[in-house]
Amino acid sequence: MRLSPKTLSRRHFLNGAAALSGVALTSSLPMMARAAAPLTVGFIYVGAKDDFGYNQSHAEGAAAVKAMEGVTVVEEENVPETIDVQKTMESMINLDGAALLFPTSFGYFDPHVLAVAPKYPDVRFEHAAGLWHEGLPTNVGSYFGYIGMGQYLNGIVAGHMTKSKKIGFVAAKPIPQVLLNINSFLLGARAVDPTITCQVIFTGEWSLAVKEAEATNALCDAGCDVITCHVDGPKVTIQTAAGRGAYVCGYHANQSALAPDKYLTGAEWNWAGVYTGMVKKVLAGETLPNFMRGGLTDGYIKMSPLGPAVTPEAKAQFDATMAEIMKGGYAVIKGPLKDNKGNVILKDGEKQVETDIKLESMDYLVEGVLGATS
Amino acid sequence: MEHDIGLWGIPIAILGGAIRVSTPFLFVSLGEVLTERAGRINLGLEGTLVFGAMSGYATAVLTGSAWAGVAVAALAGAVFGLVHGILCSLPKVNDIAIGIAMMLFGTGIAFYFGKPYIQPVAPHLPAIPLGFWSDLPQLQAALQVNVLFVAGLGLALGMAWMLRATRIGLTLRVVGDSTDAARAMGLRPNVIRTLATAAGGAFAGIGGAFLSLYYPGSWNEGLSSGQGLMAVALVIFARWNPIACFGAALLFGGAGALGPALQSVGISSGYYLFYAAPYVLTLGVLIATSSPNRAMAGAPGELSITK
Repeated sequence: MRLSPKTLSRRHFLNGAAALSGVALTSSLPMMARAAAPLTVGFIYVGAKDDFGYNQSHAEGAAAVKAMEGVTVVEEENVPETIDVQKTMESMINLDGAALLFPTSFGYFDPHVLAVAPKYPDVRFEHAAGLWHEGLPTNVGSYFGYIGMGQYLNGIVAGHMTKSKKIGFVAAKPIPQVLLNINSFLLGARAVDPTITCQVIFTGEWSLAVKEAEATNALCDAGCDVITCHVDGPKVTIQTAAGRGAYVCGYHANQSALAPDKYLTGAEWNWAGVYTGMVKKVLAGETLPNFMRGGLTDGYIKMSPLGPAVTPEAKAQFDATMAEIMKGGYAVIKGPLKDNKGNVILKDGEKQVETDIKLESMDYLVEGVLGATS
Repeated sequence: MEHDIGLWGIPIAILGGAIRVSTPFLFVSLGEVLTERAGRINLGLEGTLVFGAMSGYATAVLTGSAWAGVAVAALAGAVFGLVHGILCSLPKVNDIAIGIAMMLFGTGIAFYFGKPYIQPVAPHLPAIPLGFWSDLPQLQAALQVNVLFVAGLGLALGMAWMLRATRIGLTLRVVGDSTDAARAMGLRPNVIRTLATAAGGAFAGIGGAFLSLYYPGSWNEGLSSGQGLMAVALVIFARWNPIACFGAALLFGGAGALGPALQSVGISSGYYLFYAAPYVLTLGVLIATSSPNRAMAGAPGELSITK
């Protein structure tokens, strides 16, 4: 007896549905999914991944990882530094089968990464800018770059280009990395002319477009003629400053397209090389070091090509300093050094080279910076 | 240092900030005045502002014309207002709840469609250099007055006249003050309220276009820091009077410039406190102008918050 087409199709449907649910079940189990695909890597960003700034620099790194063979990349953007990032990490691990996570924002580390990591000993957590130390979970690592060196080089070019002897800095929050950038920018300019001062304005938030524009205008009004910044997306600052006729130095990524004539140079992240290197090690079965740092020499950061306005003298000193830095062991923060309240930070002969861990707990602005940390 | 103006920088910065930052506040609050005078509250203007900013920027990038961007932003705002107005015309629908839903919806789809437009650079709206008579670059920069600011001033004056002296103004006020009286006059309150909300939405859309096409002049997801919501509060502050809205918007813009300006002249400690200046100012003015004898002078009678 032949079965009617209707019965057949129902049986087929039921078979198919069972098979499908089987597939869904297996793929929801992380261990089995991991066996199928060699490595799933998760990237988490605090803002939009095309912000012309910090998040974009990491997303470019993620894109380079995505192009590698045997690697699947999952990404999530606009994840706040709250319990939300814990949920994102857990869903990347449990639903996508991620075995390597890059939560890229400073505020994700403590307490969020530190809370989730012990639950998943097989997953590797690599956090940008955090400070790993003995006693923290061993499946957590922290990496960052010495981008203060880039701001020092920005400062050297700025020192040559400023006519008013006053340069400006739009800063988000007074955390150590930001303070080091401000101090480095001024010290670079003072390596050219020790009478230069740097005006800093804190906006209080990582991304606040109107306030960044107001801060930039206030700097221009105060007579600053070279401006840089440390906020998540430098686009507004660069465009506003260039619109007011000031020169600009970039940060995070290359913003020269926004102001081709006014852009001098910029301190950029180079995460593509760093991330592909780390993923290669994981694929080869090696364990990543828990604490990774690198500068210009290690390819963690790079400088934007010098803009058309940069003078030959500025270029000469920029190149010479760059060559010194590439030898390693360069110190921007060196004695005699006072903070802008008159306290002695370092005596003559003392110095903190770029790798010095003390630089990552900086809490002062050096003499010559006009501004306060609180 | 040439052009070092010292403490004079503060009043100039406040003036400049008032002119630069006030325009979105002005347009959104004028839109809200129109809506509330007809008896409805549209809390969704924050979403309309963000969507207006995005659609205006995207249009300017695609067409190369900032004015086309403003037109599209106004149109998009009107559509948002229309949706709010029509939904609220259904029986037993709460306008505040719909407003919050529209706010989240507006920002959500603006982020979704705005992704490809974060990077491109759009043409800016033109400004009128009213500071040409001064040789101080600071003053010249402060007096770069955008065309939309002037349009906003004209709109505020026009609306004040319209509400006071025209038939349309009278109709709006009747509908806003008493649904029953409006019905008795043969008016259709729901239709009029919906149209008023749509017009208010169009104004908010233009306010958004100012943000993305002039100051700060680029589209990103952190563009609006709650200007749309603040502007709704400004309406109450300005007692539903368009000309007072203009003053309140200027006051808010100027107070917002205080924080950066003080840091730039060396008064740098406690900047978080200075950033709170606009809000402290609002509280102060509200307390100073409040009266134990009369409640909410100028409030339309049909508003759900006054009923």
